[in-house]
Amino acid sequence: MRSAVVQLPGLNRDRDMIAALTKISGTAPVTVWQTETELPDVDLIVIPGGFSYGDYLRCGAIAARMPIMQAIKARAEAGVKVLGVCNGFQILLEAGLLPGALMRNASLKFVCREVKLEVVNAETDFTRAYAQGQIIRCPVAHHDGNYFTDAETLAAIEGNGQVVFRYAEGTNPNGSINDIAGVMNAKGNVLGLMPHPENLIEAAHGGGDGRGLFASALNVIAA
Amino acid sequence: MIKARVTVTLKNGVLDPQGKAIEGALGSLGFEGVHQVRQGKVFDLELDTADRAKAEADLTAMCEKLLANTVIENYTIAFP
Repeated sequence: MRSAVVQLPGLNRDRDMIAALTKISGTAPVTVWQTETELPDVDLIVIPGGFSYGDYLRCGAIAARMPIMQAIKARAEAGVKVLGVCNGFQILLEAGLLPGALMRNASLKFVCREVKLEVVNAETDFTRAYAQGQIIRCPVAHHDGNYFTDAETLAAIEGNGQVVFRYAEGTNPNGSINDIAGVMNAKGNVLGLMPHPENLIEAAHGGGDGRGLFASALNVIAA
Repeated sequence: MIKARVTVTLKNGVLDPQGKAIEGALGSLGFEGVHQVRQGKVFDLELDTADRAKAEADLTAMCEKLLANTVIENYTIAFP
């Protein structure tokens, strides 16, 4: 499977993402700059983490209005898988590709630590390498990861299985409603999450718990 | 040219941790009886038009598309 990594000014986790995708799929992803209006023919588009446009206005707000996002929206509608991690999640929300919003952490502090995630829905294209209910370790590093949505939307995403990851065992680092760490769209091909699975894929990272997400999305589960 | 001011505030029911922290700081400065502090944003803009109706329509579009996140925020447009 071929993948693409989107690059924007201020995104700084792109290299980690490229390394993870390359190591897990065996093929380096194509990189795509924000001003491009067309995407290469890929099966997975990834928006990595960082601080696009200095988090001005709102996290991800400016990035979500860049030309490349129109192309990503069109691909998402066509069924191509789109993954947003951390700032990438914020960008997907601001672009309207996912429901809800991310606000300042309830503690008002930047959190950089490891949390535990429950795989709430293991029947998605991003999580089938995991078992339902499996608890995995995953690093987080963010200031605005406090997921919020109105009661109606919350009931809908909980009911549809769109809540894919939840902070487990009292590790919610940011005050997210219902401990939500990652959500997908109703169609199931767009996923956003605050934690950084790309930073826990091999022994040198201290574990490989994040590997399953990429193995699922890249369809290399057996590898 | 028209000058405009857009004010963006959090919707009711949306928790505002920053507002809470500010409320706490006001309390520690001795300002008692301060409640429901909510933090928002103000944008001052100048528009190259004399047509106020057009300015209002354009500003509404700007708020919907960029200045506010309507999932969590409300906005008001004023011509001071």
